[in-house]
Amino acid sequence: MPENSLEQIAADLVGRAVKAGATAADAVVREGDEFSSVLRMRKIESLKEAASKALGLRVFVATRSASSYSSDFSPASLDRLVSRTLAMARATSDDPSSGLPEREWLGKHAGDLGLYSDDVHALSTDDRIAMARRAEEAALSADPRIKNSEGASFEAGEGTKAYANSLGFTGSYRASYCSFSVVPIAQNHDGGMQRDYWYSVARGAKGLDSPESVGRKAAERALRRLGARKVPTCRVPVIYDAETARSLVGHVFEAVRGDAIYREASFLAGKLSAQVAGENINVIDDGLRPGGFGSRPFDDEGVSTSTMPVIEKGLLKNYLLNCYTARKLKLRTTGNAARGIAGPPGVGPKNFYLVPGTHSPQEILRSVKSGFYVTELIGFGVNIVTGDYSRGASGMWIENGELAYPVEEVTIAGNLGEMLKNIGMIGLDLEFKSALAAPTLLVEGMTVAGT
Amino acid sequence: MAQADRFFFDRYGLTENDLEKYLAAALSDGGEYTDLYFEYTSTSSILVDESLVKTATEGISLGCGIRVLAGEQTGYAYTDDLAPAKIIEAAKVAAHIASGPARVSTVGLSAVEAPHNFYPVAHPPVDRELADKLELVQRADRAARAYDPRIKQVRVGYADQVRHVLVAGSDGRLVTDFQPLVRLNVSTIAQSNGKSQTGSYGGGGRVPLEFFQGARSPEHYAREAARQAVVQLEAREAPAGEMEVVLGPGWPGILLHEAVGHGLEADFNRKGISAFSGRIGHRVASELCTVVDDGTIPDRRGSLNVDDEGEPTQKTVLIENGVLRGYLQDKLSAGVMRSTRTGNGRRESYEHIPMPRMTNTYMLSGRDDPGEILRSVKHGLYAVSFGGGQVDITNGKFVFSASEAYLIEDGKVTAPVKGATLIGDGPTVLTRVTAVGNDLKLDPGIGTCGKEGQSVPVGVGIPTLKVSRLTVGGTAPRAATSFVR
Repeated sequence: MPENSLEQIAADLVGRAVKAGATAADAVVREGDEFSSVLRMRKIESLKEAASKALGLRVFVATRSASSYSSDFSPASLDRLVSRTLAMARATSDDPSSGLPEREWLGKHAGDLGLYSDDVHALSTDDRIAMARRAEEAALSADPRIKNSEGASFEAGEGTKAYANSLGFTGSYRASYCSFSVVPIAQNHDGGMQRDYWYSVARGAKGLDSPESVGRKAAERALRRLGARKVPTCRVPVIYDAETARSLVGHVFEAVRGDAIYREASFLAGKLSAQVAGENINVIDDGLRPGGFGSRPFDDEGVSTSTMPVIEKGLLKNYLLNCYTARKLKLRTTGNAARGIAGPPGVGPKNFYLVPGTHSPQEILRSVKSGFYVTELIGFGVNIVTGDYSRGASGMWIENGELAYPVEEVTIAGNLGEMLKNIGMIGLDLEFKSALAAPTLLVEGMTVAGT
Repeated sequence: MAQADRFFFDRYGLTENDLEKYLAAALSDGGEYTDLYFEYTSTSSILVDESLVKTATEGISLGCGIRVLAGEQTGYAYTDDLAPAKIIEAAKVAAHIASGPARVSTVGLSAVEAPHNFYPVAHPPVDRELADKLELVQRADRAARAYDPRIKQVRVGYADQVRHVLVAGSDGRLVTDFQPLVRLNVSTIAQSNGKSQTGSYGGGGRVPLEFFQGARSPEHYAREAARQAVVQLEAREAPAGEMEVVLGPGWPGILLHEAVGHGLEADFNRKGISAFSGRIGHRVASELCTVVDDGTIPDRRGSLNVDDEGEPTQKTVLIENGVLRGYLQDKLSAGVMRSTRTGNGRRESYEHIPMPRMTNTYMLSGRDDPGEILRSVKHGLYAVSFGGGQVDITNGKFVFSASEAYLIEDGKVTAPVKGATLIGDGPTVLTRVTAVGNDLKLDPGIGTCGKEGQSVPVGVGIPTLKVSRLTVGGTAPRAATSFVR
């Protein structure tokens, strides 16, 4: 289906809603396909391939609204959807902050953001399986202690998303992705097992790393965890590698979302223009990064995307907003409306990242006499309202600037508000592998709980 | 016959003849087994925030997933269009996992009735008037705000769904089910002296709207969510380090879900990558512990009449008096391991390949009086409410995060402490269970489990438990040193 026909479906649905009595409406329509192949111990474990489509509608009756979704695009079904959604809207509350964007907020970025690469489609099933196979082979042959594998997978997909609203906006864009990953298992003579992973992800096949390098790195990561132990409870500097540092940046995003701010459900609520982090901290939300996983020409309310400073030299510069949260806070939307198929728009990140510093990860390690280098975090022990932070962690103990031995079954804890002010060093190793990104970070004075 | 039996036949004109045609197409490249999974899911949800009904959403998803097994290999495809040509096309894509001429011919389908109906709901919530649901949500909002003037924010979420499923397999099975589900959730923020704290509580199950009457009223959930937030305002730093931990009954059963449940799912054990692999018959818990997974408890969120492969659910003993007895099986793993299916083959939707998943996982009651258990602890932590958890299957390390916990000092429950993550080792944590209460409780019916990107509703439960040593991940290490035994 060509893109413009998805735009037509969206515009047509909006038209039906207005005709049936909606004072305003908007719609998203998505169509795409997905592919995944999984190998384990050199044999194909599963192959999956499918295409799907869905649409979501939001209607307003004055300041009341409701939404609905369906995968059935037949005219009779759409009419039924519209009338049911209107009936629902009439039963909700008047909310003066609700509504479509102001007309002057609407817009699209004109240039090519590099979101679609046709070399993904061009890869045959065999090519795709071969990449996963090469990655697993490299991991399995890296060391005799790599004795098993949870598998290697290759995933790819592409899709088109269209948006239309009753202010006359219509737009659509196409995006693709491909990725592969491998999860080897290392085993000691005593039988103790450790798994770890590595992966590569890109908008196009050309952007992927070599399967061999990914496989070897996954094996190294699993091997260095063998013989991991608990450490005594202590207070030390913690280094987050770039993979785990991304989660910290994710917590910052959660804390600057407009919906958390207007509800005072964030430790950063009421802190606009205040010093919320060290002067060395800069955080940016960039909607236009070429090929970025958070890049898009317009957000899910038809608002043009741009680049926003979030934290500048430790000062909180901007919250991230959609139209609703902007009106609640008497601000202007930042183009961060994000909407799945079901439900109204929420707030999502564009390319939200912590600006890299000048230190190599090695330099950061060497600066620590005794501390914890964290490579994996598990659990959900983060409270955005209070900033209280407590998560399960594993990684390597640092002694005199060197990685000394692997550590597991410990937690790291602190408070996000304080942690942001205690980031002592920032790595130069920033990589964009999702909508969130961060370099290696050293956080002073965290509590490690072990024995 | 149960209500859903004719759903796909009546509404979409499906015939047994069609099903047999699709099965044959799926086996056309030599696959050994295939099944079709038709699913129609209708949902509705409401969100009240700032006492305004801000969101009302409803929707429908419909599709068919086709799976083909060839040895240990799975081919999978799905379509959201039930036109016969589209299903045949998807069946042929799934068929490609095998290569060669068709080897298996489908035996004639015969409709099997599920042997039981654990959720006979005549009027599922999804079909009820919006006004009835709004009333529940607004009552919860009012009750939470009325609980205490320090409650500043209240958000109430309501969600329901019904799922009609039909499974047709090349072994001749033709099974249908009708699965209602509803939940009501309240989250609160209390503020005082510049400090904020949160609370969250809710309940539900495979039940009609009348479930939310009497003891399970919206007011009940609202007051509990408000109480948690207000209690937390006084919380001090949580301790850090190993200590004796008492878990309250009910939702803290997430311990079992993370520490042993996932590690006993058969796919991980078929591959030999679980910390529990090869340990059937071994002691993995103190003899006070008997743990089961039970998909057959009436009305429960984690219960099913049949799993998503059309196999009747059952009560499976995982650990009996401390000894590991069995794994949670689906069709593929049971076949490879030459074991029997346990009705644990589940999937998020028709877009997903089924795999072994938990249903309701709980520990049987013991003999100890819960008050006695608390009195027996000199210094420790009493954890009564939890958020989520996670586990590393391979090394067995698991976490679960306490959202309401208290210090125990000289056998008395004293000061509340801030939320903290607890971390332990799955294969050994239950060997440190030194007391099991006589007060088994299941969670209130709001749990969702994620595995490999698929979410399914589940339940957990425990009686009051004492664990002699577990690492508590707070920020107060000095306090902790006084707790070291």
